[in-house]
Amino acid sequence: MEVTLKIFRYNPEVDQKFHYETYTLEAEETDRVLDVLERIKGQKDGTLSFRRSCAHGVCGSDALRINGRNMLACKTLVRDVGEKITVEPILGLKVIKDLIVDMEPFFDNYKKILPYFINESPLPADGKERLQSAEARARFDETTKCILCACCTTSCPSFWASDDYLGPAALVTAHRFIFDDRDEAAAERMQIISETSGLARCHTAYNCTLACPREIPITQAIGELKMVSVTGKLD
Amino acid sequence: MENLHQFDVIVIGAGGAGLMAGLYASRTAKTAVISKLYPSRSHTGAAQGGIAAALGNIEKDTPEWHCYDTVKGSDYLGDQDAIEFMTNEAPQIVYELEHMGLPFDRTPEGKIAQRPFGGHTNNESGRPVRRACHAADRTGHMILQTLYQQCIKNKVNFFDEFQVVDFLMVDGKAAGVVAVELATGQLHTFHAKAVIFATGGHGRIWEITSNAYALTGDGIALALRRGIPAQDMEFFQFHPTGIYKLGILITEGVRGEGGVLINGKGERFMPKYAKTVKDLASRDVVSRSMYLEIRDGRGINGQNYVYLDVRAETVNKYAAIDGRTNPDGTPYTVTGEEILKKLPDIIDFCRTYLGVDPITQPMPVQPTAHYAMGGIPTNVYGEVLLDENKTVVPGLFAAGECACVSVHGANRLGCNSLLDIVVFGKHAGQRAAEYANGADFAALPTAPEQPARAALEVFYKGDGAEKVFDLANEMKHEMFANMGVFRIEEGMKHALAKIRELKERIKHIKVSDSGKIFNMELINAWELNNLLELAEVTTVSALARQESRGGHAREDFPKRDDANWLKHTLAYKKDGKVELKYKTVAITKYQPKERVY
Ligand SMILES: Cc1cc2nc3c(=O)[nH]c(=O)nc-3n(C[C@H](O)[C@H](O)[C@H](O)COP(=O)(O)OP(=O)(O)OC[C@H]3O[C@@H](n4cnc5c(N)ncnc54)[C@H](O)[C@@H]3O)c2cc1C
Ligand code: FES
Repeated sequence: MEVTLKIFRYNPEVDQKFHYETYTLEAEETDRVLDVLERIKGQKDGTLSFRRSCAHGVCGSDALRINGRNMLACKTLVRDVGEKITVEPILGLKVIKDLIVDMEPFFDNYKKILPYFINESPLPADGKERLQSAEARARFDETTKCILCACCTTSCPSFWASDDYLGPAALVTAHRFIFDDRDEAAAERMQIISETSGLARCHTAYNCTLACPREIPITQAIGELKMVSVTGKLD
Repeated sequence: MENLHQFDVIVIGAGGAGLMAGLYASRTAKTAVISKLYPSRSHTGAAQGGIAAALGNIEKDTPEWHCYDTVKGSDYLGDQDAIEFMTNEAPQIVYELEHMGLPFDRTPEGKIAQRPFGGHTNNESGRPVRRACHAADRTGHMILQTLYQQCIKNKVNFFDEFQVVDFLMVDGKAAGVVAVELATGQLHTFHAKAVIFATGGHGRIWEITSNAYALTGDGIALALRRGIPAQDMEFFQFHPTGIYKLGILITEGVRGEGGVLINGKGERFMPKYAKTVKDLASRDVVSRSMYLEIRDGRGINGQNYVYLDVRAETVNKYAAIDGRTNPDGTPYTVTGEEILKKLPDIIDFCRTYLGVDPITQPMPVQPTAHYAMGGIPTNVYGEVLLDENKTVVPGLFAAGECACVSVHGANRLGCNSLLDIVVFGKHAGQRAAEYANGADFAALPTAPEQPARAALEVFYKGDGAEKVFDLANEMKHEMFANMGVFRIEEGMKHALAKIRELKERIKHIKVSDSGKIFNMELINAWELNNLLELAEVTTVSALARQESRGGHAREDFPKRDDANWLKHTLAYKKDGKVELKYKTVAITKYQPKERVY
C-alpha cells in the first residue's frame, strides 16, 4: 500500500522555524513506522534525523508523536495508524533537530528521586542473596518494566505546563524502589516526591498510562504512592 | 586545545560490560564512560532469558559442571583456564548483582529463581539443569538498569551520545580516543592512561538479526586499524528462534519452560538430532537442525521457517513423554497463565509484530544472527593481547561482546554472555585502574583529532553515485545467504568478492546532510564502513578454516578437525589486506571429544 508521512522538520543550522515535509512511499501494513522512517532517510532524504536502536520496543530511543499520540516508532505498525501518518517530536522537551529532543531535563528528573537501590544493612553472613518472597517481589514487578522512553512524561499536561514536575517516569522509578521491601530509603524518596514538584502535580489525566508502550499501570502506581503519602504506610 | 579531556581510565560503551568496568574503575581512578547511546539504550537491555551461575537454588549444580558444559558448548575451542575462572566467579557475581538491588524472580523460599537453558546440564544424568538466574524475560533490562543506577549512585562520569571515532596509540601504548559529540558535531579528544573497549557486538552485518541498529562493531574496527588483531571472527552465533522475517529474538527460555520446535509435518524434530536434551541442545546444533528440516522441505508449508510451540497442551504433552518432573518429583505441567507470567515480553512481541498469540498459537521462527563469539583478544583481566605469544598491549583493555577471552570458543551457551560481561567488565575495570595508577600519560600525537576528521570527511567527497542504505542492504543480504548457518567455499568466495566490491563502492558515497547537529547520515556511513571491515575479516577467517566447529559449519568440511584446527584465528589488517595467524587453545581438564547432546 501507499503511505503518506507528514514529518516535522527543524534544523537550527538553517531554519528559523519548523515546518512539515511530506513523503509518499510504498509500505507493507506490517511494517513498523520505524522501518518506513528508515527508508525515507535511506532513500529519499538523508538529512532526516531521529534516534533509534533496538527496533523492538525495549531500548526507549524512538518515542515520537504519531498521529498525535506518543508511541515508539518501532512498536507501531503501519496497520495500527493507517496510510496517513503524521510524525512529530514528543512534546515538552526542546527540539534539537527534526524528531530529536533534548532528553537531559527528563533524565535530570529521574536522577532526583534517588533512582538506585539503597540498603546499608550488613549483607547475609553467607555472602549469598538477600531473601525476598515471591509476593514481595511481585509487589513492584510492573514498575521494573520502565525503559525511560519518556512517552508517559511527555504526554502529561502537568509536565507540559512546567518541566520541574518530576513527571510520571520518575514516579514510576520511585515506586519501583519504594515498594521493594529490600530497599531502605522509602521515607527519603517519599519526602522528595511529596514536595511541590512531585505527586501533587498529578491530576490523574491518565495520558501516561495510555501512552506507556510497556503497559505499566502508571496512574495506579502513582495512586499507590499518593496513598502512602496520605497514610504514611506502605500497604 | 579545545575539547580536550583527561581521565585515568576511559571506558567506551555503557552496556553491561562498560557499566561494570566504569563502576569498578571509578572506585580508584578518575574514570569516564563514553557512549554513543544513552546508557539505558544499550543492547544489554534486550537480553531476555537469564544469567548463568551454578547457585544450585532449585536442584544440585556445581561450577565444575557449568565449566564442563561451557567447554563442550564451545566445541573445545574455548580456553579452559578462562572458562573455569568465569564459572567459578559466577555465583558470587550474581549475588553481587542481587546486593545491588537487581530484582531477580524468586523461588518459594525467597532465593533467586533459576530455569533450564540450552546446553546447561546435570553432568551426572545428562539432563537439563536449572542454572539460568532470571527476572521474567527481561533479565538484561534489569542488569542494565541496575548497573546504570549504581553508576548514578557512585557518581560515575558519563559522556552520553558521544561516538568514539578513533583510538589513539602512541609507541604501542593506548593514549586515548577521539569522539564526536553527536549534539554538536564537535570532535573531542580524551587523553587517557587506560582505554577499555566495551562496544558490544556487530550483528548488523546480517539481514535477519536480533541485534540493534547500534551494533556496528565500532570497537573491533577501530582496534584493527591500529594493528590490534580480531580473534575467531568466523564464529558467529545464529540463534535458532528469531521471529520469522524480523529476526527479533524469542528467548531459549521458551524452550526452557517446555516449548518445542515443530516442523511442517507437525513433528517435534529435535529428538532426531539430540536425543538426550532435545530442544535444549546447544544453539549451533538446533539452528543446523532447523536448517536441515527446512532444506528437506519440512518447513511450515514448505517455507523457510518452523514453529516454536509453547501452548500449555503442547508443553504438557511433551513434558509427559520426556518424563520431566518438578524438583519435588511430581510431573511437570504448566497453564497458559503461568506461561504468560514467565514470558510476558515474548508474548507481547508476538502479539505486536505478528498478530500471533503464543498462548493459543505456535510462533513462526527462523535462525537469526545473534552473537559474536569473536572479538578483540584479551586475557581474564581484560588486557588486550597483541599476538600468538599473548603479548599485552600496555593500557588497552576490552570486555563484553566486543572482546574474545575466549570463554565461548566456537559457540556460546545461552546465559553465558550476561555472565561474561559482568565478570570480565569488573576485572577489566579493576585492572585498568590499577594500571593507570602506576602509569604516566603517554604524550598525545600533535593534532590528535586530525585522522578522525579525515575519516569522516571522506564521506562528503564521493560523487554521490551510491547510498549507504543500498550498500548496507546488499551486504546484509549477501552475508545472510553465504555466511550464515551453513557455509561452503564457493559461497564464501562469492561473499568475499561482494564485500570487496562494496568496499570500493562506498567511496562513491556523498553525505547529503552538511550540518553538524545530529548528523546521523554521516555517522551511519562511518558505521557501515566498520561493518564492511568486519564482514571482510569474518569471511577471510571462515574461508581459511577448513573444518566445521560450533558456529562455523561447512558443507564441504563437515567434520571437526582437531589435528589441524584446534587453534584460535588471529586476523590482522595490514596495508588493506587481511593477514591470519593462529594461537593455541588452553586445554586444562577436558580433552576434546565428540559432542553429543
Ligand atoms: C535479543 C538478545 C537477547 C539476549 N539474551 C541473552 C540472555 O538471555 N543471556 C545472555 O547471557 N546473553 C543474552 N544476549 C547476549 C548479551 O545480551 C550481549 O552479548 C551483551 O549484553 C553485550 O553486552 P556489552 O556490554 O558487551 O554490549 P552492549 O550492551 O551492546 O553495549 C554496547 C555499548 O557500546 C556503545 N558503543 C558502541 N560503539 C560505540 C562508539 N563508537 N562510541 C561510543 N560508544 C559506543 C553503545 O552505546 C553501548 O552502550 C542476548 C542478546 C540479544 C541481542
Ligand atoms: S528503537 Fe528501541 S524502543 Fe524503539
